[in-house]
Amino acid sequence: MYYRRTLTDEQINRELLGAVFSTPLWWVLLVSVLGFIVLGAASAVGFMVDQGLQVTGLNRSVFWGFFITNFVFWVGISHAGVMISAILRLSQAEWRRPMTRAAEVMTVFSLMTAAMMPLVHLGRLWRFYWFTPFDFARGIWPDVRSPLVWDPMAITTYLTGSVLFVYTALIPDLAVIRDRSTGWRKTVYGILSLNWHGNPRQWKLQAIAGILLSALILPVFVSVHSIVSWDFGVSLVPSWHVTVFAPYFVIGAVHSGVSAVVTLMAIMKKLYKLDNYIWEEHFDAVGRLLVVVATAWLFFFWLDLVFAFWLAEEQELTVWRLRLFHAPWSWLFLTFIVFSYVIPVPLWLSRRVRRNLTMMIITTLMVNVGMWLERFIIVVPSLMQKGPLTFDYAAYRPSIVEITIVGGTFALVAFLILMFSKFFPLIPLWEAKEGQRLGDAIKVGAISVPGIVKEE
Amino acid sequence: MHMKKLLGLFQDPEQVANAVTILKEDGFPGEDLDIYSGSPYPEGAFGEHEPGHRLYVFPFIGALVGFTLALLATAATQISYPLVTGGKPILSIPPMTIIVYEGTMLGALIFTVLGVLFESRLPKRNLGLYDTRITEGYIGLLVECPEEQLPKAEQLLHDAGAEDIKKEA
Repeated sequence: MYYRRTLTDEQINRELLGAVFSTPLWWVLLVSVLGFIVLGAASAVGFMVDQGLQVTGLNRSVFWGFFITNFVFWVGISHAGVMISAILRLSQAEWRRPMTRAAEVMTVFSLMTAAMMPLVHLGRLWRFYWFTPFDFARGIWPDVRSPLVWDPMAITTYLTGSVLFVYTALIPDLAVIRDRSTGWRKTVYGILSLNWHGNPRQWKLQAIAGILLSALILPVFVSVHSIVSWDFGVSLVPSWHVTVFAPYFVIGAVHSGVSAVVTLMAIMKKLYKLDNYIWEEHFDAVGRLLVVVATAWLFFFWLDLVFAFWLAEEQELTVWRLRLFHAPWSWLFLTFIVFSYVIPVPLWLSRRVRRNLTMMIITTLMVNVGMWLERFIIVVPSLMQKGPLTFDYAAYRPSIVEITIVGGTFALVAFLILMFSKFFPLIPLWEAKEGQRLGDAIKVGAISVPGIVKEE
Repeated sequence: MHMKKLLGLFQDPEQVANAVTILKEDGFPGEDLDIYSGSPYPEGAFGEHEPGHRLYVFPFIGALVGFTLALLATAATQISYPLVTGGKPILSIPPMTIIVYEGTMLGALIFTVLGVLFESRLPKRNLGLYDTRITEGYIGLLVECPEEQLPKAEQLLHDAGAEDIKKEA
């Protein structure tokens, strides 16, 4: 049974700003451990820059490995944040309220992490700016026809849009922190809040901004992962040169990203004790969404497989035989399909599972393990092939440097989200208060049911 | 005439709506009244009337600016370092459309946010007459009036149920 919780504005402020105005011991310990891991990863990057890419497992035919897999993975994770926030805002779904900011923040930090991966992969990181349209060296300008030039443009647009999206919706909450602070904190939050007053004009524009920005960022969200997929799709590498990659990657991004949002929400509920704001009903709703998204993803995965066997192009079939029948790739493939769909989706069909926090954490983590493997299986086996003009070809074995750096990216995203929560609320205060105001208990017969008033 | 401000603090939105009605009936223009709240209320809840905005113009202008800049950048890049590929055009439209599309959307996004800030009259130089209880659930009703009308405004706010009334220093 769904019970409506009645909360005052003061209670909402106190509970949702608890993490901002106090520092629990678990937060200090967790940030310290994650910070240590991030430092380790940064040291590995420094070692790699000093020694060269020879310290990785990359070789002459397998020129993309862990770093690019991780890049595609984090771009995928970044998708769901804005998608959930934007689509739920546009449809005015009431259950969006506790999710929007955490999802948007996860988008920003995972996109930043994703953007670091091609830079790390460059080896000579300090030459990253050569992709911008200018003659930086020897009269050479970037190749506009290359997806490696489209990528930075797409990611810059998405990152800028996401940051602006987060900040615009954060302004009223910065005003709350300003009002509850003293000293230099009051000054800083006052500047960040732009001295927001909360008059009807500002609130009206805040609502319109949410809808306008959502409508603008959704096409960008579709285009970004399509463009990332074209890093593979416009090449001539067997099993990469596939037309289905754009929708396949986008729906895969939604699958892994929404799962990551569920993981994040569940952990937030436990750590920050947000039982008044994050309810079983939210996980139930997202769980149902995940069933649909996962099944759509499975359809596109199936198409990728069918296209390969339909065309019966020998080089492509060789790649698929490697993926399906040769260890360790066959084991990785089996793990990926079982973790991404076979286990989680049937479980999500059960209402009891969808409302069980522990089960949702386990299943969504499984999805992301599976989806990371999916990207790895797409990237590496295709390159391990002897093509017509290949003079050498080799297997790929990731080095400890690559494993450290990739592991460090997970710690980095968690670290950044925890740091964000120290300075800003992860659940929008004004959305929670608005939800209280527009909700009511309606008596129907012997029971009361929650009702929501919607402003047209 | 010298204008001064008063801020009445209420807890009940109905009291605020009544206060606005009483003030307007007593000759205080609607444009000289403003309402501060810590969360959004449905439009018109306090009987306020907000003038229109032109926010929708900003994304269009931004898209146009972004489109133009991205088109110039991609065209200039391809002309500056022509990559001659088997008789294919130097200025190749399909890859240009990708970067031009992203540039268009980036321009629209940035200008939308600038428009929101501009139309919201943000940033303000200072908070002015304000009370921190507003973000704790109180609703503030700001009255701007000539100095000689201040006592009348104060009395009306008090009669409408204001829990506290602050005056401009």
